[in-house]
Parts: sequence; C-alpha cells; structure tokens
Amino acid sequence: GSTLVIAEHDNEKLTPVTLNAITAAKKLGDVSCLVAGTQCAKVAEEISKVDGVQKVLLADNEAFKGFLPESLTPLLLATQKQFNFSHILAGATAFGKNLIPRVAAKLDVSPISDIIGIKSEDTFIRTIYAGNAVQTVKSNDTVKLVSVRGTAFEAAGTEGGSAATENAPTAEINNSISEFVGQELSKSDRPELTSAGIVISGGRGMKNGDNFKLLYDLADNMKAAVGASRAAVDAGFVPNDMQIGQTGKIVAPDLYIAVGISGAIQHLAGMKDSKVIVAINKDPDAPIFQVSDYGLVQDLFKAIPEMTEMTKK
Amino acid sequence: MSLRILVGCKRVIDYAVKVRVKPDKLGVVTDGVKHSMNPFDEIAMEEAMRMKEKKLASEVIAVSCGPQQSQETLRTALAMGADRAIHVKIEPKDYETLQPFHVSKILAKIVEEEKIDLVVLGKQAIDDDCNQTGQMTAGLLDWPQGTFVSNVEKVDGHLNVLREIDGGLETVKVSIPAVLTADLRLNEPRYATLPNIMKAKKKPMAVKSAADYGVDTSPRQEVLSVEDPPTREAGQKVESVEELVQKLKDGGFI
Repeated sequence: GSTLVIAEHDNEKLTPVTLNAITAAKKLGDVSCLVAGTQCAKVAEEISKVDGVQKVLLADNEAFKGFLPESLTPLLLATQKQFNFSHILAGATAFGKNLIPRVAAKLDVSPISDIIGIKSEDTFIRTIYAGNAVQTVKSNDTVKLVSVRGTAFEAAGTEGGSAATENAPTAEINNSISEFVGQELSKSDRPELTSAGIVISGGRGMKNGDNFKLLYDLADNMKAAVGASRAAVDAGFVPNDMQIGQTGKIVAPDLYIAVGISGAIQHLAGMKDSKVIVAINKDPDAPIFQVSDYGLVQDLFKAIPEMTEMTKK
Repeated sequence: MSLRILVGCKRVIDYAVKVRVKPDKLGVVTDGVKHSMNPFDEIAMEEAMRMKEKKLASEVIAVSCGPQQSQETLRTALAMGADRAIHVKIEPKDYETLQPFHVSKILAKIVEEEKIDLVVLGKQAIDDDCNQTGQMTAGLLDWPQGTFVSNVEKVDGHLNVLREIDGGLETVKVSIPAVLTADLRLNEPRYATLPNIMKAKKKPMAVKSAADYGVDTSPRQEVLSVEDPPTREAGQKVESVEELVQKLKDGGFI
C-alpha cells in the first residue's frame, strides 16, 4: 500500500501526533506526507528528515490560513486523484477529527476514527463506549480514511529520513464559506498534555480553580503537564482544553497522578493506558483506586503541598 | 432571515450504564438497558431552542435514524421544544451496521427536502465515539462546518463560532447555511417539564425509511469482534506521601 499522512503543524513546527501517525502509516506501506499551510516550508524540511518518510508534498498557500477543512478538502481530493493512496491518515486531534470525515464524505468512504491498532491493511482496532469495549473493524472501502490515536503508536524518529519534497498538486481553493478569525491558545511552559511523560490531573475534589495552583507547583517540580477531569471542567475550575476523558483528550503518559478524581468511566477512558497510575483521594472507595498502581487515601490539600516540598530540587 | 434548523438526536445507551460485551463478541448488550438521547445531541437541541427563543429560528425539526425506540428519543426532543420530528426508521439488523457515513447521507437529503438552513448535531455519539456525522454532512452539502462549538453568535448573514481546539479556543466565521457540532460547554440543556412532555405527545412525527431518501444502507465496514478492554489490576495502597514519593523515586520518575 501507499499511505498519505496529513501533517499537523502551526507553519513553524510539526505537532508531535504526526510522528505517531507516521508510525501507524509505516505499518500500511510507503509513507508520503502532505504539508499544507502558509509559509510552511520549514515544516516540510522537518518532516523530510523523519525516519520512514519517503516523500513530502508541500502545499504553501495563503488560502490555508487557519487550516480550515473547507479549504484543505479540495487539496486532499486533488492529491488523492493524482496519487491514489491506499490510506489517508491524520492524528485524532481537533485538526484531524475535523478534516478526515469531510474528505471521506467527498470520496464516498466511511472513515475509521481514533484507531489504537492495525491488524492488517484493511482491519483496524478502535475503542467504543468510552473505552469500555474494543472493536475490530474491517473496512471494505478502496481507500481508507483513518484518524490515529497518538498515544497508541510510538513516535517515529525525527532523524534518519531524507525524503524528497515536491509540490502538491494544485487545487482550486475557492473558499468563500468559512474564514479563520483567530486563536486563543493557553500559554504554558509545561509540557503538552498528550505527549507529556508525566501528567497530574485534578478533579472536583480541587474545590475551585485557584486550588489548581497546588498542582501547577507540583507539576513544575516534576516536569509534568496538568490536566483535569470533566467534572472539574464542568464546574468551571479550568478550561476545556485541559479535559482528559472520552470527550476530551486521551493521554497515556509513563506516570499519571489523579488528584481528587473519583474515576468516572468517562475519565478512565482518557487515561487508563498510562503506564503507572497514582491516585490521591480522601475517599477510600473512589473507583479510581481500582485502576491505580499506587493509591494514597489522604486529603489532597495536605498531600499535594507535602509532595511538592519533597520533590523540590 | 429566520432559520430552519435540523437537530440530530441519536438514541444511545445511557451514559451512566456500564456496558457489557455480548457473549457472541460482536456487540454490546442493549436489550433491557436504559437508553437516552446522546448527551451532546441534547446540547445541540438546547442551542437550537435558544435560537428559536431569540427569534433567529422559525422552525426546529428533530431527526433520529434508528429502530422503533428512537421515537422515544424524539419525544424527548419534542418535549424540549422541537416543533416536529422525523423518525428515519432503520430495521434492527440494518442498524447494527449503520454508520455516520449513512446517517450523513440521510441528513443531507432531509436538508434538501425540508429547506434547512442550519444543521446542529452533537460533536460525537457516546456509543461509537466516531465524531464524524457533522463533518460528513457538511462535506456532502458543501457547507461550512463549525465543529466542537462552545459559543455561537449570529451576526448579519453569518455565524461567529467559537471552537474547542487542542490548545485552547479558536474563532471561525462561517456563512449560512452551515453545520454546527456541539461541544460540552456550549450550554446546559434544559429538562423537559411535565406539561411539555404532555404537549410533545401531540406534536407531529413523520416516519420515513432510508429508502424514502434514496440512501443505500448497505455496510461499508464489518465489525469482526467486540471485546472487553484489557483490565487493570488495582495495585497497592501506600500509607503516606513519603512512601509514595519513594515509590516514584524507585520508578525513576523523580
């Protein structure tokens, strides 16, 4: 097979999930990558060095400002028409989830979302019901449109490749129906949630948004990212982009520390593939303890400052 | 311009139910299990109702593609305030393989027939977790898509849409007609009151089939197996922060 990975980036650098998607693509055949953006040649150069990438298609156009699916879809269709890939992949992120189904609809294909494994070139593994069941699904479409859960595949090496870059086919991009206005990105020096080695998450037990400072202090000592349960987001403690769970982000760090989180099914869906899970909760019956490697039954307002003190450099 | 809004209302296993895999490992147990409207679709319905209350919408039509029982879900939508409902009845055997691929084709046809201006759906259904139907419907119609929406405002002839993205929030401007998919923070859905539940029983509900819309529901994918996820064994309790920190040091995390 020959696969196309749609690179996710901000015109400056590659989003890490693309490296995971490339690893998935390698299991399916030769790997080409599409870099579409505005003054994004740097990204094309970065991806050309990624291990396993054979070809980079570059589409540099003002029209791709904001990476709108209404503008990118005609490019994807033109690219598919020319190259006839067997698979088109992207990360299962806000970007990939927005784009892949739209392209699939135009190709008359039924897409496969958020895969966690590949059995063969037409058979994929994914979770349903918030991870409470695992489905193996075979696609009968001639081209497979797939979004890839980043945490389920290793990141491809960022060195060793020497792919040739060529221009992607020209498509008529005539988008008068949508316009990118702007972004408000959360500023943080901490690692990005879905690729961090350590994640510390707070739940309803944090009581308010200000108390998350306790987690930020500990996170800074441990070089960790900070997330939250849906309950904490619903209560308005923290923004939605921190949400871990079925309807938020899926993480699988080496170490996950759940603080004041009871462990609702929806939350477990987002973190139970973490290698080591620690739970700190004053309720000894909290379901989170059933999935944790180390459980500490204690008031978080006592435990977290103590832990911060002990992890100080 | 007063909008005609179509809202998708999927019937799913209630979010609080612990699903169980069927012994034949081809699906999950649905018989005798509590079902409800997909929570994100409730948010979509609420948003449509708020638009109607602001006089931005003239009519709100609820649609559900599924077995006979989907009509219960549609009655809930009508009790929330939808003016009428369309039940696209899918036989249980066909429903097992019905996917967003098919549903989006049906929705696109209804849009044409009913002269819809705005489609509002949940961003994903909590059963198959696909997150596809809105994007595919928009693609089929060549309409713009405002996905994962946490705020929407109508300004002149377009919509200003605030979207939940991975690193924060994003604003896009989409022209009307459009497809929107609701994220969690868009609103808090209302509860249907008893008088409204009674009223809903008298509201019109059309029953159609996929064939009525010329949509072929033959499967594009086969589910080979559905299994329980690997279970995680509960580990040990530690007695103190000190002991916990020592374990993390032993694990090389600190």
